[in-house]
Amino acid sequence: MLFAVVANRIAMALLTLAGVAVVVFVLLRVVPGDPVAMMISPGAGPADIAALKAHYGLDAPLLTQFWIWIKGAVTGDFGTSITLHVYVTEVLASRLPATLELAIAALVVAVILGGGVAIAGTLMRGTIGETIIDGLNSILLAVPDFIWALALVLLFAVAIPVLPLTGRIDPELAEGFATKFYLTESILTGRFAVAGDIASHMIMPTLALALPLAAVIVRLLKQSLKEAMLQDYVLLARIKGFGELRLVLQEALRNAIGPTLALTGVQFTFLVGGTVIVERIFAYPGIGNLAIDAVINRDFPLIQGLVLLFGLIFILINIGVDLTVASLNPRLRHG
Amino acid sequence: MFNISRRQALAASGGFLGSLLVPQRFASAAVGSTLNIAYNVNLPSFDPNIGPSSVNPTIQAIYRSVFDQYIGQKPNLSFEPGLITGWGWNDDKSKVWLDVREGVVWHDGTPLTPEDVIWTIQREGKPDGGNPVSFIWAGLGNFKVDGKRITADVLNYDPVIFKWMAFLTGYVLPKAYYEKVGPQGFEKAPIGTGPYMVDAYEGNAYLRLKANPKYWGGKPAFETVVFKFVPDATSRVAEIESGSSDITLEVPYEEFDRLKSKAGLKGVSTPISDIGMIFITNGGIMDDKNVRLAMCHAVDKEAIVKRLLRGYGVPIATLEAPEYAAFDPSIKVPYDPALATKLLAASGYSKEKPVSFTIQTTRGFKPKDYEMIQAVVGMWRNVGIDANIEIYEIAKHFELRMSHKLAPAAFYNWGNAIGDPTCSTGFAMFSKSPHCAFHSPELDARIGPLWGEKDEKKRIQGWKDVDRFIADNGFVLPLIQYVQPILYKSGLKVTPNETGALQPATLVSKA
Repeated sequence: MLFAVVANRIAMALLTLAGVAVVVFVLLRVVPGDPVAMMISPGAGPADIAALKAHYGLDAPLLTQFWIWIKGAVTGDFGTSITLHVYVTEVLASRLPATLELAIAALVVAVILGGGVAIAGTLMRGTIGETIIDGLNSILLAVPDFIWALALVLLFAVAIPVLPLTGRIDPELAEGFATKFYLTESILTGRFAVAGDIASHMIMPTLALALPLAAVIVRLLKQSLKEAMLQDYVLLARIKGFGELRLVLQEALRNAIGPTLALTGVQFTFLVGGTVIVERIFAYPGIGNLAIDAVINRDFPLIQGLVLLFGLIFILINIGVDLTVASLNPRLRHG
Repeated sequence: MFNISRRQALAASGGFLGSLLVPQRFASAAVGSTLNIAYNVNLPSFDPNIGPSSVNPTIQAIYRSVFDQYIGQKPNLSFEPGLITGWGWNDDKSKVWLDVREGVVWHDGTPLTPEDVIWTIQREGKPDGGNPVSFIWAGLGNFKVDGKRITADVLNYDPVIFKWMAFLTGYVLPKAYYEKVGPQGFEKAPIGTGPYMVDAYEGNAYLRLKANPKYWGGKPAFETVVFKFVPDATSRVAEIESGSSDITLEVPYEEFDRLKSKAGLKGVSTPISDIGMIFITNGGIMDDKNVRLAMCHAVDKEAIVKRLLRGYGVPIATLEAPEYAAFDPSIKVPYDPALATKLLAASGYSKEKPVSFTIQTTRGFKPKDYEMIQAVVGMWRNVGIDANIEIYEIAKHFELRMSHKLAPAAFYNWGNAIGDPTCSTGFAMFSKSPHCAFHSPELDARIGPLWGEKDEKKRIQGWKDVDRFIADNGFVLPLIQYVQPILYKSGLKVTPNETGALQPATLVSKA
């Protein structure tokens, strides 16, 4: 049963990706902005412009261009970046790990922070503590990630300069890595001082991304927990003499977590989207930062590769969330 | 099996936590052997002669750190020997000669040869090679080498060819190495003859350079230079204010004023070879000379500089900034709202019955760009011009400009680091240029002969005459020359560069 669901989702994912490929290709050609126009010299004549278009393969009819691109894309060849002069696949492979490490760190922080505060709020329900938590959470919900980023910059890089502001690692330490998963690799190889430096570079961007998501988790999970705490099975457990914390963690949380998990999955895709601005502010070398330059320069092959990659990430996240929710909910698992 | 003792675990945890919250370097005047630059753009590619980054003026400081140009340029825009120590024409200007500097080695230790120079010029001259200004380099051919001297035939006479050798895509590349590693290999491990060697690079994050001990111009002041790519202006301000970087540039003028007097920091601001201008596109309402001249006379550029740019700008009347070769201070387009009103009245327009059109502008691309256009539109409204502001992206601007489809008025900037009139007035106003917005046969007739003028004095005077003709007809509305703000630790000595390229090897040293 699960296999059929997964196969169905993968087939749908492939169809979606094909649709995304067509849309992004057409959209880029329709939206104003010609990469060749941005680099031609003032003295260039029509022949020079034609030569540059030919050099970048932009002189062929649109259908031919699409066919060449999609044929390559199927085999993993997304062409060569106009601005970077290297293969798009190579660029994406080198930048994706930075964004993945950042996004996963932000997700972990958001879940721990949001989950912890939601549980605390449930334990303090009906008290002034709950009111304070709700008030603070409303602020967190109202402030977008890039405002958090700027606020964190002012706080931890200027007022109390304890955290590095830009980049992913101190340039003097960025040596000896076999992969681009710097944080993971440095932890696994026991280079803890290096791992600490990487983590310190990640604190501000991680918080900027995590705080809005944590607020969403707090609101939803706390509401679900409060509703669960009124159910008969919780009452029964209470009669059995369970303490309040045990009631929340052992009885209410298991039933309240489903909707939160599903929403967190959806919100995680927004978090990945949020890396674009946050990576820019912190000069963090991930695919979000790369995407801004690609769009500014109308680097068609790179934008196409990036959009497909973002699409793939979103699809994988959604499949992952669906499967996790199904595995946690017996009704969905066997339904 | 990976074993770790309790003691090791504790030590590792301590190291991890310690490095996590180590206080960053507070703003202090002290500068070590490493110079950290919070730079305003990313470096997309290491090939200085091909692709969009090769014609991006902002990146040139990085290229000049790793590579050398045929001819060098001083901070005041004048020229000096580079890898070419002497150059010139023959009597009838049908040939050029270039003397290649001796004793220069590439970063891999191999010597620079005249063949490297010839190969680079030939590579850049190929029309399908990806060099955006290939037509410049294609003007030379039939190269011959005699010792250190190269001679070449002039296939297309261009009086500015030697100035281009100090300008965009004028970098000498290593023939043997490039042919060995190929374009992709060169991107991964570039070498030049410049003062710094590429040590480590992470796109969108940083470029780490090490001093070239064998540099022909002497070893640079700093052993290591790190360009941090920080495109966000707020983050650059935070970088210099927190002391994480030693120097930064292109910060908001308000922040520049605030920080330049802060303890441990200094600031310098210099007019650079970049201007803000309003393109006027011929056709429709812009064919009315009265309207064009009224647009020009209605703008109080002094007020814009003083009130909006906090004094950081130079009002200009032509496309030639004061440092350029064809600058003529006698050409003036005074702020005269009464004259503007009179001109409009002659064409039947007034405040009650204004002339209407659209003006396009970027927002946030250059300092106060949108605000400047808002001010201009306000000044126009006072004389009877009702302009509607439309914001556009850089990419859209270039596409519209190339296809001659800009709005009647369009704000953008124009750089000219070699200060030659061909690269400012010439390419902006000659209708054969893809970047010209106002197509005028009368103007073309005046500009045309100047492209091939062999008498330098006559050539420059010719361009001055063209600038006067443009001003008299209001074919374009030059606004201001930009001023570049640089903030740095007081332990440094910084020489501002009028091209705007902040190259660390020659312009930054310890105080």
